[in-house]
Amino acid sequence: MASTAHAHAAAARWSAPGGGQRPPRPRAGGRKTTAFLLGLALLVVASFATLDLQWAQFLSLDALRSMGRFLAEFFPPDLSPAFLRKVLAGTLETLAMSVLGTLLAACAGLLLAVPASARPDAGDPVASTLVRHALRSAVRWAFNMLRAVPELVWAALLLVSAGLGPMAGTLALALHTTGVLGRLFAEALENAPAGPAQALRAQGVGGLRLLCYATLPQVLPQLMSYALYRWENNIRAAAVLGVVGAGGLGQLLAFHMGLFHMGKTATVLLAMLALVALVDGVSYAARRLMTR
Amino acid sequence: MPLSLRAGPSAGTTTGQPPSHDPAWLGRLFWTTAALVLLWPLMVATEFRPWILLAPDSLRSGGSFLASFFPPALGAEFLAMVARETWRTVAMATAGITLALVLALPLTLLTTRALSVSALSGRMARGPFWLRQALKWLLIVLRSIPELVWALVFVRVVGLGPTAGVLAIALTYGGMLGKVYGEILESGETAPTEALLRNGSSRLQAFGYALLPQNAAELASYTVYRWECAIRSSVVLGFVGAGGLGQQLDSAMKMFNGGEVVTMLAVFVALVALADRCSAGLRRALG
Repeated sequence: MASTAHAHAAAARWSAPGGGQRPPRPRAGGRKTTAFLLGLALLVVASFATLDLQWAQFLSLDALRSMGRFLAEFFPPDLSPAFLRKVLAGTLETLAMSVLGTLLAACAGLLLAVPASARPDAGDPVASTLVRHALRSAVRWAFNMLRAVPELVWAALLLVSAGLGPMAGTLALALHTTGVLGRLFAEALENAPAGPAQALRAQGVGGLRLLCYATLPQVLPQLMSYALYRWENNIRAAAVLGVVGAGGLGQLLAFHMGLFHMGKTATVLLAMLALVALVDGVSYAARRLMTR
Repeated sequence: MPLSLRAGPSAGTTTGQPPSHDPAWLGRLFWTTAALVLLWPLMVATEFRPWILLAPDSLRSGGSFLASFFPPALGAEFLAMVARETWRTVAMATAGITLALVLALPLTLLTTRALSVSALSGRMARGPFWLRQALKWLLIVLRSIPELVWALVFVRVVGLGPTAGVLAIALTYGGMLGKVYGEILESGETAPTEALLRNGSSRLQAFGYALLPQNAAELASYTVYRWECAIRSSVVLGFVGAGGLGQQLDSAMKMFNGGEVVTMLAVFVALVALADRCSAGLRRALG
């Protein structure tokens, strides 16, 4: 559990360097804090007020009864061998989508992270410094764009040219994850200790070999653990991508739920839960093995 | 290439010739091949045939879709609709996170080990232990079901509209917040809490005067981060009919209305960037 907490905390803190470690500063509840809290309260109240939330309808006896009926229909889950085979195929497809998507993203992310992390050397000519700066900002901007659009939206966009099916889902996962991993990889490459690279450079080694034999070996465990963490996320994402028609368990789920086959829906849901639990377990064990 | 330098200390003697190739090449070749062989079934399972993207048919449909992105739709009426739906998206995320907080807080208080009185004297008593385990499992179930699936279920029960989205965010994020709050509270220093509990304060007092002040910044920071995530996912929830920007994006895509799609994508990316900026600023202020 602790490593998951670290991953979460790292994600939460990546733009607040050194946050969370110090004890909180004693602070007078100044005008700024009051204004902020008022603004927050206003945002919450406005949110609830402007959304036409149908609590009355949702909490009415009638709705509760229909909810109960709806939930009761989930039982018993459809466990006929023919359907189980179909669910198994869907599960494997989801798994394959997430693995391939993450792999593609890790490769693309690493390739793009190199220009995104390249710091111009002090002795470089002005022109090459400018080119490196431009390339660096361009790639970082691309990472942000890729990251900002969720997997599901990418999948919906890709359906147009890749057609219905798991390939659109895989590509969608790869695109979004490239943005996420690329940014993390670039930061890792940038923060790698410079000693070994300098030693090799002093010996006259440069370019690709510098990356392969000095920088990469140092950060590889970190990159792997980032990729594993994203894989965990991608399994969850892959399970639902099918809702827009991009293959995997989600497609089965949307199909059977649309036809009100509640028993079959329940089976698919159980398979999803089992898959997520399995991956969490494997990833947790792998990460513990690597950090030991 | 200064070869003599690369040979290091034995430079000058003839025995210290550096290897002219990578000494580990055989192993690297083996692992690369093994990875490629394992990759094959994956590509079959996902029907991964990237050359389909380059087939004339898909090039044509993809190309015409891309071409229809320009010019972006910028009509006053359309922009007003986008602004309204953007606010609905933000409101859905905010309302969802608020309800998630309402759900997560009591669950955190109940599951945190640091607030157990019986655990002060070594082992936790059996009753509280199983209560904590059961609630932890509840949190796991809540967050293991993706919010999109919750939304699909609630759309069936309460009908199309933001209610389903708000409920979906509340349940999934309630589970996530509850789990991470628990981890934050237990990872910190618990001595002050223990001291208070040992001296007879109630569990709520121990929480309010020791555990909360110690971890308030981190808890708030994580909540803000999750709010940012909720904005992203409330757009996605629109795709299954929970209203907001996502629903409009979905219908524009289905009509192949590229101009509207590109405007809404731009607004969405700007919204996410803004939320990102806000949350980073707030988290920095929280220290």
